[in-house]
Amino acid sequence: MSALLLALPQQVGPAPSYGSWHGPEALFCCLGVVAIGSALLVVTARNVVHAALWLVVTLGALAGGYLVLTAELVAWVQVLIYIGAVVVLLLFATMLTRAPIGRTLDLDSDNKVLAAIVGLATAATLVVLVVDAFKSGWVDVQRAPIGSAQADGAAIFRSWVLPFEVVSVLLLAALVGAIVLVRKPDPVPDEDS
Amino acid sequence: MHLVYPLVVASLLFGIGVYGVLARRNAVLVLMSVELMLNAVNLNLVAFDAWWRDAALHSGQVFSLFVIVIAAAELGVGLAIVLSVFRHRSTVDIDRIDQLSDGEPVPGASGRRP
Repeated sequence: MSALLLALPQQVGPAPSYGSWHGPEALFCCLGVVAIGSALLVVTARNVVHAALWLVVTLGALAGGYLVLTAELVAWVQVLIYIGAVVVLLLFATMLTRAPIGRTLDLDSDNKVLAAIVGLATAATLVVLVVDAFKSGWVDVQRAPIGSAQADGAAIFRSWVLPFEVVSVLLLAALVGAIVLVRKPDPVPDEDS
Repeated sequence: MHLVYPLVVASLLFGIGVYGVLARRNAVLVLMSVELMLNAVNLNLVAFDAWWRDAALHSGQVFSLFVIVIAAAELGVGLAIVLSVFRHRSTVDIDRIDQLSDGEPVPGASGRRP
């Protein structure tokens, strides 16, 4: 516990005001605007494939945001796993379920207005809460420890070995479960064989 | 950089994901919205890691790596379920998969069960 308390970020002087923008802030805000705009297009696109491609833009912008926040390994893992694997998996599922590839008006449910109200309420609640709680928080991206592959690897294989192994078992279970779920049922065995 | 910027971006992304999960009708699009919500959580974790300056444990970044892995596993099983549902019912329209409902017809969902 004392180690945790010692690790609390030491605020050096008052944080600069919200009007003063430096390089990282401007870059992060541009990336955030791109991410939010393309996320809106993901949930409103009339074309399933276009939604998947806008998801690529969102995830790429978020990977840039991770880079600004000094998380190098997380950014590259995001590019490799999310953009490389997850989106391809989603596109495969789109093709395999014979979703309408072209424009279609049938992708949205009838409770769109209710969903918009709930989504806006969630976002507004979270924004108000977070701004109220962390308005004095200051991330010093120059002095934050860089999350390089070396640093993150050392952390994973020294401190987080047990969760890492549990995650590997989880991946195996998910793999087996996915295979069992999509397997065709066994043919009924013949009586005389 | 102010901590508020990544947190506000993450909150808005989470709200957009909630809207997508509730408003979309195609199961694959619902899974995409779930990915948006998971990414919002990841952005929070990475931002708090940089704020906390946790050089020894790197808790936030390691947790976000775990979240990415678990999201990949969840998506694999989820898409397998979607494919299985499609094989049995020839549709992935969530409004039409209503076998557990009490018989009230879903407005707009035509041709419900055979």
